[in-house]
Amino acid sequence: MDVLNVEYMVGLIPVLLGYLPLTLKLAGTGMVLALILSCLLAVVRVLAIPVVNQLTILFISFFRGTPLLVQLFLFYYGLPQLFSSLTVIDGITATIMGLTMHFSAYMAESIRAAITGVDRSQTEAALSIGMTNGQMMRRIVLPQATRVALPTLMNYFIDMIKATSLAFTLGVTELMGATQKEAAGSFLYFEAFIVAAVIYWIVVEMLSKLQHYLEIRLNKAYSR
Amino acid sequence: MIKLESLSKQFGDTVVLDGIDLAIEKGEIVVIIGPSGTGKSTLLRCLNFLEQPTSGTMTVGDLTVDVNRASRSDILSMRRRTAFVFQNYALFANKTALQNIAERLLVVDKWPKEKAYKRAREILQQIGLADKADAYPAAMSGGQQQRVGIGRAMATGAEVILFDEPTSSLDPEWVEEVLGLMKQLAAERQTMMVVTHEMSFARDVADRVIFIDGGRIVEQGPPSEIFYHPQDPRTKDFLKKILATNPV
Repeated sequence: MDVLNVEYMVGLIPVLLGYLPLTLKLAGTGMVLALILSCLLAVVRVLAIPVVNQLTILFISFFRGTPLLVQLFLFYYGLPQLFSSLTVIDGITATIMGLTMHFSAYMAESIRAAITGVDRSQTEAALSIGMTNGQMMRRIVLPQATRVALPTLMNYFIDMIKATSLAFTLGVTELMGATQKEAAGSFLYFEAFIVAAVIYWIVVEMLSKLQHYLEIRLNKAYSR
Repeated sequence: MIKLESLSKQFGDTVVLDGIDLAIEKGEIVVIIGPSGTGKSTLLRCLNFLEQPTSGTMTVGDLTVDVNRASRSDILSMRRRTAFVFQNYALFANKTALQNIAERLLVVDKWPKEKAYKRAREILQQIGLADKADAYPAAMSGGQQQRVGIGRAMATGAEVILFDEPTSSLDPEWVEEVLGLMKQLAAERQTMMVVTHEMSFARDVADRVIFIDGGRIVEQGPPSEIFYHPQDPRTKDFLKKILATNPV
């Protein structure tokens, strides 16, 4: 076995780190949008709003039932074909759309479970003092559901960060795309991908720390 | 000021309330007794629209609602005129004692923060928990939680407070402090409807005791009559059983 080219690896770190912001932008934007969308989907499911509920079930079924890569290709190559005004859709937009829809389908189900897990007597108490359904959701149910859903949602966020690597198949030069190019130039595939892997790993570890901190904060009301 | 006319509630084929007629004066303390599963709690829950009654009309203050025609805003208005104290306290777990009490004022009545918290602190003082303002429900005893539950009901300024077995979930050591607070409210002539098995509370505090069985009012009157001269055999039978385990 040849010895690893450590010098190359060290030199590669700043180069690849330069592409980390784009990776984080894809995941960060995707996560914010997915949170908003999944909350809406979950509320529709919980309140069982007619018609919209059926559409929501279909949406969740499709985006959970098909591979993310297929969905990305559908958005990137498929949409411009359907809508001629969209002659091109850029890879970044398509990736964010795909991540948002794919992950919101999963997250909606976790959020729904967390919402229905909030003690029913508290929702009755909220109604008893004259709150509307919306006020009850916003002030009593969602804050408590957030605490329950947080670990799962953080897991999806972590998963999403790694899933941004699929963007390179749409020609987006994010962390994975950049690594691929560097490796193809140097033929040092192992070194390049090890550096990329470690960068992903460190980002995820930092998020785990953040998750731990948030959990402690959100649990404040529940400790004696 | 509270008037129920032929109020009925069915769950499927089961008739839980069978045409309740009842009028309650402002400042009156009414205690409702009766065997389990005879509709006492359902009656209170209907008044607060936590259950949708099947038929009848309800009047609280200047609002009269035909329950079958109650619009969304009628239901909200009725809920805002009645306050509810739950058997299992049902405090908002994500809010402190102070926030639990202020919630109604902030969210429903849209008071400015400062005014709402000032009022909530006054109530905390009244219920003897001024030092627990920043405590979350999980850090309070059952008795303290239920007193905050009563404080939350007091903050609504509702025409009537409905107590649904407020001491039934409490460890015996906490029962007295909750009953004490209820007596204090009764002394201030807060209109109250109380479902309870605490017969001594009924005897000492109630202006009127109502005995319900099978979804109907069987007998009602001042405690001296109901407890010492019950007329209906069902009342006699119930009192005999309950007084054997809960002596007055």
